[in-house]
Amino acid sequence: MTQLTREQARPSLPRVPALAVFEYHLIGYRRTWRAGVFSSFLLPTLAVLGFGVGVGAYIDRGVGGVSYLEWIVGGLLASTALQVAVGESTWPVFGNLQWTKIYFAQRSAPLRVNDIVAGHLAFVLFRVLTSIVAFLLVTGVLGALRSPWAVLALPVAALLTLAVAAPGFAYAAVVDTDSWLAMLSRFAVIPMTLFAGVFFPVESLPLVLRWVAYATPLWHAVDLCRAAVLGVAPQWSVAGHLCYLAVWAAAGWLLARRAFARKLVV
Amino acid sequence: MAPPLIQARGLVKRFGDFTAVDGIDVQVRAGEAFGFLGPNGAGKSSTMRMVGCISPPSSGELRILGMDPVRDGPAIRARLGVCPQLDNLDPELTVRENLTTYARYFGIPRRVARARATELLDFVQLSERADSKVEPLSGGMKRRLTIARALVNEPDIVLLDEPTTGLDPQARHLVWERLFRLKQQGVTLVLTTHYMDEAEQLCDRLVVMDGGRIVAEGSPRALIERHSTREVVELRFAAESQEAFAGKLDGVGERVEVLPDRILVYVPDGDAAVAEVAALGLEPVNVLVRRSSLEDVFLHLTGRTLVD
Repeated sequence: MTQLTREQARPSLPRVPALAVFEYHLIGYRRTWRAGVFSSFLLPTLAVLGFGVGVGAYIDRGVGGVSYLEWIVGGLLASTALQVAVGESTWPVFGNLQWTKIYFAQRSAPLRVNDIVAGHLAFVLFRVLTSIVAFLLVTGVLGALRSPWAVLALPVAALLTLAVAAPGFAYAAVVDTDSWLAMLSRFAVIPMTLFAGVFFPVESLPLVLRWVAYATPLWHAVDLCRAAVLGVAPQWSVAGHLCYLAVWAAAGWLLARRAFARKLVV
Repeated sequence: MAPPLIQARGLVKRFGDFTAVDGIDVQVRAGEAFGFLGPNGAGKSSTMRMVGCISPPSSGELRILGMDPVRDGPAIRARLGVCPQLDNLDPELTVRENLTTYARYFGIPRRVARARATELLDFVQLSERADSKVEPLSGGMKRRLTIARALVNEPDIVLLDEPTTGLDPQARHLVWERLFRLKQQGVTLVLTTHYMDEAEQLCDRLVVMDGGRIVAEGSPRALIERHSTREVVELRFAAESQEAFAGKLDGVGERVEVLPDRILVYVPDGDAAVAEVAALGLEPVNVLVRRSSLEDVFLHLTGRTLVD
C-alpha cells in the first residue's frame, strides 16, 4: 500500500453516516435511472391523457367548478408519490435483508441501525421527489396546473413518502416471504388509491367508507396536493393534515428501527 | 507487553434456551493470526459476531481494542475488517464500486477510496475485473473481493468467518496465499474454520471449540504434541465392521480410534507400527502412515471428527 492512502484511509467515522448510505443507493440507481426517468414522464402523460382528457370528456360539469382534468391532477400526483414510495420501500428492503444481505454488510461497517434506515429512506425520498418533479413538469406543460402553488405538492409528497415508506420499511423487514409484499399492494395500496379521493370526491362514498378514506395517509396528501394544484384552501386544516401524516411517519420510523434492529443485531 | 486487542472473559451468548457460546476466555494480541477451530454449531460464528460488535454478549466481559463493544460499537467497527461467512456483496454494482461505496461508510474521501480500491484489487488479483459486475464472478473471486472490502479501512483486526468454506481447492489456496501475505504484513487475523489444514497453515495460535466451550488452546504444533502422537497409522479392513479388528491391535501404538470406515492407530513411529500389524498376521486392505494433525487433536478431545 502506498503511504498516501495508508495515512488517509485510516479509520475515522463519516460525519453523517446516513449520507454514505444514501450515496451507496444513488450509485446503484445510476444503473437504472434511465428507465426510471422514462416512466416518470410517461406515466403522468398517460394519466393526464387517459383520465383527464378521456374520462374528463364524459364529465361535462367538472368537479366543484373546475374541469375534471384540473381536479384529478392533484390526486394523481399524490397517488404517484404513494406508488413510488411503497414500491421503493418494500421489495428493495426485503431484498437487502433476505437476498443480497446488503444491510448486513452495512452493519459490519461503523454504521448504526438508524444510519442504515435513514440512508435508505433518504433514497426513497429522492426517488419520489424526482418523480413528482417530472409529474409537475409534464402536467404544467400540458396546462393541467391551475396555480403556481402547485410547487407545494413537493413538500406534501415528501411527507406522504415518510408516512408510508417508514411503515413500509418496518413491514418489509418483519415479513418472512415476499408474498406478503404482493398482499400489501393488493389490500392496501390499490384500495387506498381507489377510495381515498384520487378519482372521485370521498363525499360520494357512504359515511363508513368515507371515514376509512380519512384514516388513510393518502387522502390527507390528496386533499393537500389538490388544494395546492388548484390554488384553493384544502377541505381540512393544513396543520391537521400535516400532523396526521407526521404521526404516521414518526410511528413508522420507530417500528422500522425496531424491526431492523431485530434482524441486524442478534 | 501491549494490552490484547481482543479480551474475553467468561463470554456467553444465549439465544432463548440455547447457549451458543458457553463461557469462553480468549486473548488475541497484535500481529497474531488467531483461529477458532471447531465443527458446525461449535459457537465459532456467534463468537465472531460478538467480536464484530453486531451481537451483544449475553454475559461475561468483552473488550475490543480496549473498548466496550456495546457502547463503542461504531468506533470499534471503524477499526475492524469483516469477511462474513456468506458473501454480502452488491451483485448489481461493479467490483470497484463495491469497494468505493463501502469505503465511504468509514468516512474515507472519494478520491482516496478510489485509489485504495485500485490497490486492493491489485492485491486480491481482481484488477482485470474491476469494472465488471459482481454477479458473474466465481465463488473464489467473490470471496477475494469480500476480503478486499474488509481491508478498505486499513483495519487493526481482520475477522474472517470460514474464509474458504465452499471454495474449490485451487480457489482456497489462492485465498490462503493472500491471507498469508496479510499475516506477513503484520495484520492481526482472527478466523474461524472447520478445516484443520486451514488452521494449521494460517494460525499462530488457536482454540478448539466444541459445544460452545473451548476444549484446548495453543499453537497448532503444541496442540498436536500435547494431545496426539507424532504419527498416525490409518488401517482399513475389508470387513463390514472395523470394530472387530480393533481388539486384535492390542499393544500396538499408544491409542486406537475406531471410525466407521477405518481404524486410526496413534504411534511415535508409523513404519514400526505397520511392521507390528503385519507381524500380528492382520491384513488391512489399505495402510496409510501420516503425521498427526489437528483433526486428530479434535478427535481425541471430543471423540468426533471435524467434518461430517
